[in-house]
Amino acid sequence: MKVAVVQFPGSNADWDALHAVRDVLGADAWYAFHKEHSVGDADAVVIPGGFSYGDYLRAGAIAGFSPIVSSIREFAGRGGPVLGICNGFQILTEMGLLPGALTRNAHLRFECRDIHLRVETEGPFTDMGKGTILRLPIAHADGRYHTTEDGLAELERNDQVAFRYTTPTGDPPNGSDANPNGSVSDIAGVYNREKNVLGMMPHPERASEGILGNEQGLTLFTSLRRHLGFE
Amino acid sequence: MSRPANFPGEPDSSPEIAREFGLAQHEWDRILSTLSRAPSYAELGVISVMWSEHCSYKSSRVHLARLPTTGPQVVQGPGENAGAVDIGDGFCAVFKMESHNHPSYIEPYQGAATGVGGILRDVFTMGARPVASLNSLRFGRPEHPKTPHLLKGVVAGIGGYGNCIGVPTVGGEVQFDASYDGNILVNAFTVGIAKTDDLFFGVAEGVGNPIIYVGAKTGRDGIHGATMASAEFGEETDSKLPTVQVGDPFMEKLLLEACLEIFATDCLSGVQDMGAAGLTSSSVEMADRAGNGIELDLDAIPRRTKALSPYEMLLSESQERMLMVAKEGREQEVFELCAKWDLDASIVGRVTDTGRFVCKATPGYDPFDGTGKPDPIVVVDLPVDLLTNAAPKYDRPQQERAETASLVSMAGDAPDDLGDELVRLIGSPNIGSRSWIWRQYDHIVRDGTVIRPGEGDAAVIRVFCDDADGTREKFLAISADCNGRHVELDPFAGAAMAVAECTRNVVCVGAKPLGLTDCLNFGNPEVPEQMWRFARAIDGLAAACTALDAPVVSGNVSLYNETDGKAILPTPTVAVVGQLEDPEHRLGLGFSNEGDLIAHLGRPSRGVLGGSEWLVQRTGSVTGAPVGIDLDAEAALQRAVLDLARAKLLSSAHDVSDGGFAVCLAEACIAHRHGAKVSLPSNEDAPAHALMFSEEPSRIIVSLSPGHLGEVEEICQRHGVPFEKLGIVTGQSLVIEGVCDVSIAALEKSHSTALDAIVS
Repeated sequence: MKVAVVQFPGSNADWDALHAVRDVLGADAWYAFHKEHSVGDADAVVIPGGFSYGDYLRAGAIAGFSPIVSSIREFAGRGGPVLGICNGFQILTEMGLLPGALTRNAHLRFECRDIHLRVETEGPFTDMGKGTILRLPIAHADGRYHTTEDGLAELERNDQVAFRYTTPTGDPPNGSDANPNGSVSDIAGVYNREKNVLGMMPHPERASEGILGNEQGLTLFTSLRRHLGFE
Repeated sequence: MSRPANFPGEPDSSPEIAREFGLAQHEWDRILSTLSRAPSYAELGVISVMWSEHCSYKSSRVHLARLPTTGPQVVQGPGENAGAVDIGDGFCAVFKMESHNHPSYIEPYQGAATGVGGILRDVFTMGARPVASLNSLRFGRPEHPKTPHLLKGVVAGIGGYGNCIGVPTVGGEVQFDASYDGNILVNAFTVGIAKTDDLFFGVAEGVGNPIIYVGAKTGRDGIHGATMASAEFGEETDSKLPTVQVGDPFMEKLLLEACLEIFATDCLSGVQDMGAAGLTSSSVEMADRAGNGIELDLDAIPRRTKALSPYEMLLSESQERMLMVAKEGREQEVFELCAKWDLDASIVGRVTDTGRFVCKATPGYDPFDGTGKPDPIVVVDLPVDLLTNAAPKYDRPQQERAETASLVSMAGDAPDDLGDELVRLIGSPNIGSRSWIWRQYDHIVRDGTVIRPGEGDAAVIRVFCDDADGTREKFLAISADCNGRHVELDPFAGAAMAVAECTRNVVCVGAKPLGLTDCLNFGNPEVPEQMWRFARAIDGLAAACTALDAPVVSGNVSLYNETDGKAILPTPTVAVVGQLEDPEHRLGLGFSNEGDLIAHLGRPSRGVLGGSEWLVQRTGSVTGAPVGIDLDAEAALQRAVLDLARAKLLSSAHDVSDGGFAVCLAEACIAHRHGAKVSLPSNEDAPAHALMFSEEPSRIIVSLSPGHLGEVEEICQRHGVPFEKLGIVTGQSLVIEGVCDVSIAALEKSHSTALDAIVS
């Protein structure tokens, strides 16, 4: 499996993604610099976390105009799997590849800690099964997912909600800080309609090794590998 | 050679202006006699910042010389942008700690943010990739009206910078005390990893080599910041706002990546970041280290505002700027890599063989708006030596603090219910959970945080060391510590305790300490009692660093931490970097297995409460007999625990520090929600509350599987370390026999809400 990890100016979890995919999973992975015009012969693309262009203007807003973006758009257009993590999720919504928007956390602070998620639908990155509870870390200031009522209905209708925040036992947050940022409908990640593009605020690539105390994030990448037929 | 001229509109230098710039009359006289002429206005600015306490260490240099700075593991000692210790296989850990106290009090967000930016640059300037940061913070009383604003601003600023650039903030410490009401402390630490053979130094080598300015453009921010950091605060402090710099972590991230790529090409002969005293100190220090001179063409300085004078350009502390000395003919490679990262780069001068710092600029020429044509005149022409080695150095008078009633032994009145007292104490701002703070820091970016904040006595990080043979993983432990209350009661022992606690914390996670950096925050050195505290603290640091094999490899001095004549507690903060031989040796602080034995290592408490949080709360002041420290006993304890960790005989280790024995036990219980049933360490003479809350050092609470008891006792005995079995891990309450029985839930609730009163 070949994976391009896109490097925007200000990407800072690019190493985390490369390490998880290349060194832990064993895939052939490389950095695709934002000034390049191609993601090469990648089987999948990861847009990592960070503060692309300093998150000036809006998180992810300027990255949407980098040279590499048209090749990501083209890759996604022909069904190639794309995973946007944290700032990568923000970039995918700014690019229009995913619906909705990410706004400032409800409590207005950056928040870094472990949270729990329920897998809401199966897809290339989520073959672990609907209802699976995952513990993953978050680290963001702008992770509050927002969409209109109609947008939400459409997400539900098309089964695009990938993850929802839950309590450790898998119950809905019900207004508690189990939803760490005030996201609408407790949404932590969404697929596009075709389900080849996934954006999520939690960091699976930072929870993919025993030494870090958590390997649950690796299940997204092994799911991708199976989806692509590499095992 | 023409005599350096003033720019149009600049006054002639005078003793009055020198005083405004922070120089004393005798220092002005010294300038005149050395130069045999009056300095130009810009020269006076240059001299005043280079002779400021912040840059010249004029009051501290004679004392700093007593610190131990050598050892087989030391790769780079003090004097460079950061120090370095060997971590094996040709790699080193590069680290330093710096203060940003005064700016953070004036503008907490930007002050703290640029403190983080500055220390990151110090580390990557050495050619090291930064891998983790810590911070050590001091605020005034929790109930002081400014404390919430300052705490929130500083924490947001540290997070805002560190989170964006992508270096995890993995630990630190914070203390609230009335002495910091008008003068908070923000000490920032960063460690990076480099190949030892590829370290970069701040040297302007190679006569004729071009000086290249890289990064952000120069503005008027931070002019005379170094001088501000060398003066006391008074009522006019609010008017110092323009001296606070503004940070741009995104620019710094570009600078970091560009620098590391440029360093890898071998086209530089030296590099230094523009930190305190900006362009002036970076050029002068680089010239000094190489024994060369530097000539700067100020007309070429990239700028973001018009009509900048030479004085302003030389003293600006605009952030995110680097000065590189390229090898002649290799400039283009630097420019190309800067362009890749969208950074400005310009040649602004040359290395000379004159030993002089010369600056030229054109009156009336302004590249910002295209006014005029360059036809430069000399505005600065000073011997480099005058600004460095020949800067003033003082052995200021000292006066031992008079013995006062506050140093008398006191145990306070015993509380009615020791269980309630423990629940209350563990919920106080100085003892309780810091999760409100570290949750605002990205402490996991870079996939290396093995022991996270709150999980162990020190942070443990995995670092990746790449060379031709592939990637090696290495594991470092880092901690930052100091308790100024103990330093106030006994500057020698208190400073030694800071080193002891910091190395002990590193040992408690299973690592061997390798080296130490310090950040010495004190009051006005011109006050003899303050100077005495400083000198005694240096002696304490020196003794402890020697006894505990932690040489000082870098550091920073911050004096004049006073407001309206009231000094802070003497606060010699230290940070230690250690290394684990094997990640499987790592230990957390929390009890983790029902049925494990709990034991006390080290001499039992004598019940001395001096300087303890409990007694400060009880009496409202830092008081009581100093607790003292036996460095031989401390060293033996640390050797024993390191042996135990390496033999994998322990389940957890947690040292007794702030709050004392009972707080230590309670924290070990809360971590994984395990109860404990124990007895107090034996001492029949002291009252129970004194044994519970004394902060005497050199004690560690461990838990271990019952099957390891014999081996653990044997290793302790071999090191001459007292071992006392106290009880077992069991249930959901902390039971100290005959003293208290409190539920873990009650302790956890109090602990987790300790900062709520300040931040909500």
